[in-house]
Amino acid sequence: MATQLMIEKWLGNVSTTTIGATKAEGGTRANVVKIGGEQGLPFLFQEAAMPNKPVIAFEVWDIPPVDWPDELVKSLGSVVNDPFAWAEKCVSEYKAKILCVRMQGAHPDFGNKSADDSAKFISQLLKKVSVPLIIVGSGDDQKDSQVLPLCCEAAKSERCLVGSAVQENYKTLVGAVLADGHNIIAESPIDINIAKQLNILISDMGLSLDRIVINPTIGALGYGLEYAYSIMERARLAALAGDKTVGSPFICFVGQETWRTKEAMISQKEFPAWGPEAQRGVAWEIVTAAALIQAGADLLVMRHPKAVEKVNKYIGSLMESSL
Amino acid sequence: MALSGLDIYKLLPKTNCRECGFATCLAFAMQLAKKSVSLEKCPYVSEEAKKILEASSQPPIKLITLGTGETKFDVGNEAVMFRHEEKFHHECGIGFIIEDNLKDAEIKVLLNKINQLSFERVGLQLNVNLVALKQNGQAGRFIEALKLVLSSTSLPLVLMSDNVAALRPALELIRDKKPLIYQANKNNFSELAKLAIEFKAVLVVQDTDLDVLSGLAQEINKLGAVDLLLDTGKKSISEKIWDLTQIRRLALKKSNRSFGYPTIVIVEENDPYEEAVEVATYISKYAGVILMKGIEAWESLSLLTLRQNIYTDPQKPLQIEPKLYPVGQAGKSSPVLVTTNFSLSYYTVLSEVEASKIPSYILSVDTEGMSVLTAWAAEKFTPGKISDSLNQFGVADMLSHKNLIMPGYVAMISGEFEDTSGWKITVGPKESAGLPSFLKNVS
Ligand code: SF4
Repeated sequence: MATQLMIEKWLGNVSTTTIGATKAEGGTRANVVKIGGEQGLPFLFQEAAMPNKPVIAFEVWDIPPVDWPDELVKSLGSVVNDPFAWAEKCVSEYKAKILCVRMQGAHPDFGNKSADDSAKFISQLLKKVSVPLIIVGSGDDQKDSQVLPLCCEAAKSERCLVGSAVQENYKTLVGAVLADGHNIIAESPIDINIAKQLNILISDMGLSLDRIVINPTIGALGYGLEYAYSIMERARLAALAGDKTVGSPFICFVGQETWRTKEAMISQKEFPAWGPEAQRGVAWEIVTAAALIQAGADLLVMRHPKAVEKVNKYIGSLMESSL
Repeated sequence: MALSGLDIYKLLPKTNCRECGFATCLAFAMQLAKKSVSLEKCPYVSEEAKKILEASSQPPIKLITLGTGETKFDVGNEAVMFRHEEKFHHECGIGFIIEDNLKDAEIKVLLNKINQLSFERVGLQLNVNLVALKQNGQAGRFIEALKLVLSSTSLPLVLMSDNVAALRPALELIRDKKPLIYQANKNNFSELAKLAIEFKAVLVVQDTDLDVLSGLAQEINKLGAVDLLLDTGKKSISEKIWDLTQIRRLALKKSNRSFGYPTIVIVEENDPYEEAVEVATYISKYAGVILMKGIEAWESLSLLTLRQNIYTDPQKPLQIEPKLYPVGQAGKSSPVLVTTNFSLSYYTVLSEVEASKIPSYILSVDTEGMSVLTAWAAEKFTPGKISDSLNQFGVADMLSHKNLIMPGYVAMISGEFEDTSGWKITVGPKESAGLPSFLKNVS
């Protein structure tokens, strides 16, 4: 007797967000990156199409990295001392198709760069690299509300992805993103209801849902990974069942969370039973990424070149049978 | 899958003879559905109906035990597709493949490495589960290598061989140890089923085609080998995800008994990173047992941590007993750090305090297992709650000072707490990584 497989067909789908604009589209990017668009759960190609593969963005900073573990800094080399060289290396050597630039230097504790200087940095970066950009703030809400709008303006028409908008503070950023033709990251604290609410608030201001990317706030492997994992699965199931307000692609800051865990950083000398930190940190970043990809991550912001290489290869083999 | 009262009623004689003690067959069926009476009470129920009802009372995915003694473990008996729907019940087993054509000394090195793979995380011990010996040559060598394996591991074993001449003497050596035989296929299943029955072993059934696989599982079950694991053979990662998802769906949602067994996946990947992502995928997506090669501590630590994360009960975060914990030789003048009873919060603070080498107390406040910020938002980490804990554990009597260190994330409650409690607050760092230098400064 032939086995009747169980095929699940869904009413809804994930929206597709396009990051970057080419010359023909009014920007100057050499390529665009499309994320989202899933019509079902990840990698079940026999029942649902997954038109766009998950994409990794290299994380770069506008200043040399602070508090990054030695192993990570070593893997990138001396270029990290020059943000432009760092960004260029990601594109030319590591073949990054998209970069995520963090405006850390604007933070009051990290140099307190002015909003004008930050915007200038973005203008220059756009000239140095031709891939699409994700631009995120320094983490200081007050400062970011000054800096990000000017960065949006500096990158006008380049269709960047800019973040993050939070429930308590989204209007300024939504306004800037609308004015300058970008997409927005909507960040919610591992809470599906807030994610939904925030998407509604943002779209009420006139930014369409396909220009929103949800940051569900992940924890690294061993540090609350399972909370985001399940929130993402729940949101994705709701989206596929037809709820457009949670049907945005997910962005996950894998590198940022991984590289502050003890397991990624501490030396083998201190913890002999854990093995060499060089491999351990990379493993921590790739396993975090792999689990989130299985939960539906569309865009992963990562740091270690080896980890990016391995996860890219993984994505490639996952997508093989999609054709 | 459980049947409803109405489903059961359809299977009963519908004569309302009352011999079961109920006025109608329907009333009896309703009680059966609630499992408050047993089917034996009805003398007239057909054999056919009995079978269906018995099958429906079994878990949709069979619980399988591997090994004996302290290292035995269970897989299967899963009930949901997504962990948020309930939880994933039995952590997948993780094991390592050893080739029997390696030299004895090499095998010993590998076994030694496997024996080191045990890690403590958030107060729990994370362990690997299986050693798999793979036959590559003569039966004699397989047995020799097996003896070597037995001499240095107590983990449950997998015998990877399809050669009865090798399997029989091997199974004699580990009689009653509940090993796993890998694997029965359409060519050898009747012989291997016999062995599995005779030696009470668990049998892996393999075919790349789901149809054939389910047919094989049924046949083998009929022969009397009932403890099975399912394997769909070597495929690409996404094809594996498809197979594992289908098997879980068919067992849970269609009550298809021939798929009602845990699965096993073999990962053959030489690059440890690529092996790790692949294993991570199957941990997340329904594998019951995973066999791999890489025996590096860093790789196992990351995979066992993922398994712990995925199999944590989403309704019940890992928590510890709320109380005052001394770290090192804590005394009257030692600093006191306040945190929650969420395991992760407590153990993260603990490891940093230990690293600082400054004897301290950690006060774990009962937040019902919520982390600092979540508990604060849910009003489980309030000045009142903290005062209650201080009183309950007699903290004031154990100290010569009245100072507390509060997590940086809840600096906002410090003022109110100082006003109402008479304790003085120092606000600590937001990230626990900042604790060692912070503690050095305050002491
Ligand atoms: S004994 Fe059986 S046939 Fe008779 S009433 Fe009860 S259920 Fe119905």
